[in-house]
Order: sequence, then C-alpha cells, then structure tokens
Amino acid sequence: MPFDEICQSLRDRFGGECFTRSEFRDNRRIHVAADRLFEFMAFLKEQGFDQLAELGAADYLKYPSARDRYGIWYILVNTITGERLIAKTFVNDPDPAVASMFPLWKGADWMEREAYDMYGIVFEGHPDLRRILLPEEFTSYPLRKDYPLRGRGERHNFPVITRAES
Amino acid sequence: MALEIPESVVLSKLDKLANWVRSNSLWPMPFATACCGIELMATGASKHDIARFGAEVMRFSPRQCDLMIVAGRVVMKMLPVLQRIWLQMAEPKWCISMGACASSGGVFDTYAVVQGIDRFIPVDIYVPGCPPRPEQLIQSVIDLQEKIRKTGTFGGSEFAKRVAPEGPPQNRDIPGDVVVAPGDYTKSRRISLN
Repeated sequence: MPFDEICQSLRDRFGGECFTRSEFRDNRRIHVAADRLFEFMAFLKEQGFDQLAELGAADYLKYPSARDRYGIWYILVNTITGERLIAKTFVNDPDPAVASMFPLWKGADWMEREAYDMYGIVFEGHPDLRRILLPEEFTSYPLRKDYPLRGRGERHNFPVITRAES
Repeated sequence: MALEIPESVVLSKLDKLANWVRSNSLWPMPFATACCGIELMATGASKHDIARFGAEVMRFSPRQCDLMIVAGRVVMKMLPVLQRIWLQMAEPKWCISMGACASSGGVFDTYAVVQGIDRFIPVDIYVPGCPPRPEQLIQSVIDLQEKIRKTGTFGGSEFAKRVAPEGPPQNRDIPGDVVVAPGDYTKSRRISLN
C-alpha cells in the first residue's frame, strides 16, 4: 500500500489534523499525539500492519530543534507484503506516559519494560511494568541525558568482604 | 637419643606438606562473564593445557572449588552473585582477577560496571591484559602456587590476618563519583551475607 493511501485512510478515519507525516528514503513515518496513539495503532493493525517489529525510545534533552523530551517509536511490519511503517510519538516530564501496546501485540511486553527501565516512561495498561535489565533496587533511569555517565554511585554501593571474614 | 628412621620415611612440616598438596591441586571455579572466559577455556584446552600445573579440574559448583578465576567484567547486578559464590567456596580458597575489566573495570567506566572486583572481594593475583594470553593465566597460576608455598599455613592463619579491605578506597579520586545511596543494595534479595 502506498504511503499516500495509508495516510488517506488515516485521515478518513481520524481526521486530517491529528497526525503529521514525514519521509526519509524508504522510512515512512507518521507522528501521532500520545493520547491518540492506541487507536491509531489498532487501526493500522487492522490495515495489515500486523507485526510490531521494534519499539524504542530516545531522550531529546538539549537536542537541537526538539520540542518534546522523550520520543517513542514503533516500527510496524505488514507480514504479507513486507511493508514497514514507523509510528512516532512524544511525551514529556514530569510524568511521561503513553498507552501500552500489549493488548494489540504481546511482543510489546519486554520492549516496553526496557523503555521503562531506561527512560522511566510509563506504559499505561501494561500488565507487568517493572525493570527488566537493571536490578530492582535501582532508582534512576540511566539512559536519560541528565543521568551522569558514571552513575550516582550505584556501582560502589555494596558491602565489602574482607578475606578474614569470608 | 637419636631416633632410628628408615630411609623410606621423609620428615617435613605439616604446613609445608599442606602447601605442597594444595598448590598442586587447585580446582578453579570459572567465573567467566566476558571474552576473558574464552581465553580461560583456551587455557584449559589441549594446546595450553592448564592440567600441566594441576589446575585442570574446573568445577561449576563453588562448593567443590578452591580457586576463583574472575574472567571478565562484573556489573553491579552480578556483584552480589559474585560475592555469594565467593562466600560459598570452602576454605582454603584463592582468587585470581583475570584481565583489565575484572581488575579495574577496564574501558567500561560506566554506571553499571564495578571498577575492579577487589573493591568488594579479596583478590590474590591480578592478571593484566585485554584479554590476557593463556600463557599469562598459566603464569598467574604458577605465581599463586609459589605464593601458597611461601605463605600458606595448614590452618589458614594467613587468611585471618587480612582483615582490612584490600581494594582501592571507594570513590577514589573520581570527582562527582559520590555515593548518594540510591536504592538499598545491602538488603538485596540476591545476597545474604549471613
């Protein structure tokens, strides 16, 4: 399905002002507001984009010309035709939150947990939103740009075992 | 009164006997977390053959080992596991820190990587390299054997003297690297020091 056709069907369904589009080489992107993302994705799934191939996030703090803090992108694949479509949305502090895609794609489970782990973005409706890579005691979100590279002392915060007592 | 001793009997000190036995039968616990682990495997394989030095019996249970070889970087999530395994090993036990990452964090100066395992567990021998050649690891085993022969005691009293932490002091001269105690890792469910 050509990109124009996808965009037309989205306009017919949701109205023309609720999303913007952009293209770079073969990347076809739509930018959607975070509060309307779920219905967009449900519609796109009906249109044949039946696989959520990738879900990621980025922190745009101090990024030139960025207006929002966090970006979240979803790469959808039509497994019949091989077409790809990128949906992108932005959320902001203090409570970055977006609807979970778990009801649509079970594969979103761990990817959303990773985005939560690294950026603190809350995916509302996720059945088990907790840290996936970092230990449970960790309190920061380390891929945020305002988090120091060497951390806040987490790597030093352990008991020391001497030879005599072990 | 001179005691008649037959020629087939050899007299020695108990310490010396224990050291001789222990140093020639080190059972390594391979704590291999990264590429140093591959060199560790090569050291155990036929070409380099650590069996020539009596340390070929790699056991994957800490209860059966007396030499921990930490081969690779240790992240903060793994450190409680490392400490727990070290505590589970039976006495007498020794530790080799293999490679730059285990010894100092190596190039991984990030929030998640422990900057040298000697900050948190005692280390006997450090092996430099990234990763070290198998020959270097074999040399460290030879050096450890020499250390055991020179300082070892039957009852392990040389260990009891090492009461101070041996690694660098925490947060050593790294500006801004101050513990602000985010999260309580001492009560982590993954380790119990008791």
